[in-house]
Amino acid sequence: MNMQGRPTQPGEATPIRRATFTGNRALDMEESLIFESGRLDATGVDIDDPASFADRLGDHARVGEIGLPGLTEPETMRHYVRMSRNNYSIDAGLYPLGSCTMKHNPRLNEKLARLPGFADVHPLQPLSTALGALELIRGLAGALLQMTGMSAVAMTPKAGAHGELCGMMAIKAAIAARGEGATRNVVLVPDSAHGTNPATAALIGFSVRAVPAGPDGTVSAEAVRAKLGPDIAAIMLTNPNTCGLFEREIVEIAAAMHEAGAYFYCDGANFNAIVGKTRPGDLGVDAMHINLHKTFSTPHGGGGPGAGPVVLSARLAPFAPVPFIVEKDGALDLVEHAEGSSSFGRMSAFHGQMGMFVRALAFILSHGADGLRQASEDAVLAANYVRVTLSDLMSAPFGDRPCMHEALFDDQWLKETGLTTLDFAKAMIDEGYHPMTVYFPLVVHGAMLIEPTESESKASLDLFLMTLRDLALSALRGEKERFVTAPSLAPRRRLDETRAARQPVLRWTRPAAG
Amino acid sequence: MRYLPLDGADRRQMLARVGVPDIDALFADIPADKRLSGLIDMPLRASEIAVERELGAMAAKNVAAGSTPFFLGAGAYRHHVPATVDHLIQRSEFLTSYTPYQPEIAQGTLQVLFEFQTQVALLTGMEVANSSMYDGSTACGEAMLMAHRLTRRKKAVLSGGLHPQYADVAATLANMSGDTIARLALDPRADEDIIAEIDDSTSCVIAQNPDFFGNLRDLRPIAAAAHSKGALLIAVFTEAVSLGAIRSPGEMGADIVVGEGQSIGNSLNFGGPYVGLFACHTRFVRQMPGRLAGETVDAEGRRGFVLTLSTREQHIRREKATSNICTNSGLCALAFSIHMTLLGERGLRQLAKVNHANAVDLADKLAAVPGVEVLNAHFFNEFTIRTPRPAAELVEALVKQGIIAGLPVSRLAPGAGLDDLLVVAATEINAPEDRAAYAAALAKYLGGSR
Repeated sequence: MNMQGRPTQPGEATPIRRATFTGNRALDMEESLIFESGRLDATGVDIDDPASFADRLGDHARVGEIGLPGLTEPETMRHYVRMSRNNYSIDAGLYPLGSCTMKHNPRLNEKLARLPGFADVHPLQPLSTALGALELIRGLAGALLQMTGMSAVAMTPKAGAHGELCGMMAIKAAIAARGEGATRNVVLVPDSAHGTNPATAALIGFSVRAVPAGPDGTVSAEAVRAKLGPDIAAIMLTNPNTCGLFEREIVEIAAAMHEAGAYFYCDGANFNAIVGKTRPGDLGVDAMHINLHKTFSTPHGGGGPGAGPVVLSARLAPFAPVPFIVEKDGALDLVEHAEGSSSFGRMSAFHGQMGMFVRALAFILSHGADGLRQASEDAVLAANYVRVTLSDLMSAPFGDRPCMHEALFDDQWLKETGLTTLDFAKAMIDEGYHPMTVYFPLVVHGAMLIEPTESESKASLDLFLMTLRDLALSALRGEKERFVTAPSLAPRRRLDETRAARQPVLRWTRPAAG
Repeated sequence: MRYLPLDGADRRQMLARVGVPDIDALFADIPADKRLSGLIDMPLRASEIAVERELGAMAAKNVAAGSTPFFLGAGAYRHHVPATVDHLIQRSEFLTSYTPYQPEIAQGTLQVLFEFQTQVALLTGMEVANSSMYDGSTACGEAMLMAHRLTRRKKAVLSGGLHPQYADVAATLANMSGDTIARLALDPRADEDIIAEIDDSTSCVIAQNPDFFGNLRDLRPIAAAAHSKGALLIAVFTEAVSLGAIRSPGEMGADIVVGEGQSIGNSLNFGGPYVGLFACHTRFVRQMPGRLAGETVDAEGRRGFVLTLSTREQHIRREKATSNICTNSGLCALAFSIHMTLLGERGLRQLAKVNHANAVDLADKLAAVPGVEVLNAHFFNEFTIRTPRPAAELVEALVKQGIIAGLPVSRLAPGAGLDDLLVVAATEINAPEDRAAYAAALAKYLGGSR
């Protein structure tokens, strides 16, 4: 008891989760849909009436109700704040999604991207009023070329997969220019590749042929050579690969591709492991996209936007899409039309993800040459620290070989427990962690791909690893309850994905009356 | 370095645990002759102050749209974005989360997407919408490919009212896939005979409303003609606010609707990031590209949301996927959804009304300038004028007086013989004195040059 007679020690806590009237649990709040709480006549924006005028809509005016509910500003604020609290975020905790690279998002970058001189500039303003924008794009392009040792960079692709499309279109255009468009139409893709690779190749009419990885998790030059022929257009190879390993024979693979008249597309999703350590241009790469939202930390935003500039070799540079920036008599100019050039054309309206370019360049300038190399080294060190610390409990498919920026485990070690990778992942949620990437890459059974990034302190890594060890020991001891019921402390328990797919409800509809 | 928590002692301890003598031992798989020995040729780390100074100087070389009378649209529109929108999208939980692959701890994002999909479906008058594409132009290209899959045909007919860069994107895709495009000549007066181009091999007609020149088009006859030949109508819009005033594409018989959502909640950003909107009939949903959020229940029977129908997508289907898209425009979709929630039906209609009123006022003022002709009979917030001087020269001349007058058609379509056309937009941000200043400057320029 304190001086007011208020008890200052809790009584005995009961482990039972009490039902509440609201369904809320203190800070954990339920939130209805705007279609349930909003009103057609409510608005959070005051807009003055225009002076009276005669409309020029003709008979095109909308008749009838759209059905869009509105909320006043305080209600809107509360709606989105409450929903946001049901999200995990990198700002709140370690987010070890392998291949996704959830590193810290510096707020300086947000601030700069919102400067009116960047955010409030129209893409089709007279160029004389947007020279700073061209300078910024040129500055980022220059930095990307320095880091990659390549000849040219196409800045417009809007995300990684769009970058893949850009690179593969450049390859297709180059092959067509050689007169081999009809015959050279097969793309090699390892089974371990991101799904975007085969999807991209197929999108523009290539057929896809698998190339196997060896037992060590990498692709051998010999395996590639065995697939080569006059019909092979390119290989799409991720490096470091999706198992978190550097492709040791990459130089031989590139040489073999070139010897066979084909191209080497490198999926640069994992470029963050090797910035400042080696340059793709020196390895023989012809095209590689760079996910600015991974390597250069533009925020993932719950699924985008990203940006996927593509660096190109001298052989592919002439086929780069429009627009691109050129220097003419010391001044920057923008080439917006492909006519009369070998450019394969345009991939999107306007000039790419400017807002992401600002953030990425701020990240690059902040780190500098020394900081970028240190970031790669710290990311690789952290991943290996994870790998080594867990290797006595969890099974790794490729033994004790050092990894790059992510550590890969499989579910072999869970075999006797009756638990799955998914169970293990969901138990991590109850411990306050976002799970690692699971069941990818597909070539590893029950894969668990852990990418800690360079953003974690040693204390943070140590607590994470102690937690995973505790969970692993618990699983091995047969404490199934902790896993199969997990998550039990999250805003939702496991969700019924089968039902969602079998009876799709993809939008709100007004419930039937009565 | 301010972003890197590990220090020298940490690194030494960690290397010791890993069991290697130095960090380079972990990079041993890189062929020795390909390892960089020194630093890349770039400046060293920089303080927050230094970076802010450097990028601030670049930003200062651009003319911000808000600093000047501004009448440029043509696929990107300057609207007022309520302060609430940018505050909310910068919340850590939205800004720094990933794609909601673990739904139990991503209900915020998933519920937002479910609401966004519903808003887009309502706005377009369609049954179902996805959770966003990169932008309007890429959404348009994806819609064409989807129509090809649905009809098993390979020819798209593109209206001359379609934004030229949207048409370019579709042409690039078609060129790469060996598909056919019938691209009609640019059509400033909306009098093309697009129906005559539809034949038994046509997969889809792609038509924009309001069109690139600002004309309002009745898509119903095109829909009927397309359907009679077994083809689909893809309706495109670049100005989402227009749907608060004009008939929705769904009402006019569109089968797939794609558009640019930037107008609602998103800044101009020199062209990106924007948010592509994509809607269609429910019966087409399994051929739809992009992510979909869907409603379900959790193990305790509570309503919740998940990503669903992912067997369409690349991470499951690989080369048989409906698209290669992975990352989309989640945060821009959130901005759209928040702004749309703030507006509501009432606010959206009012916003559309003010846009139209301002455009009507501007059109009247410009039409009163000797030598200037407004081409459009009907328009929303954008229209085209014919001027006695090349539009590109006119724009450069008015820039010198601090007015951004619009888009010379020749910038996007050089050589189309439309050098005297200027596409002009007015939104709620243009004050009456801005419009008067524009008309006066235009009159002075044209008068002086005679």
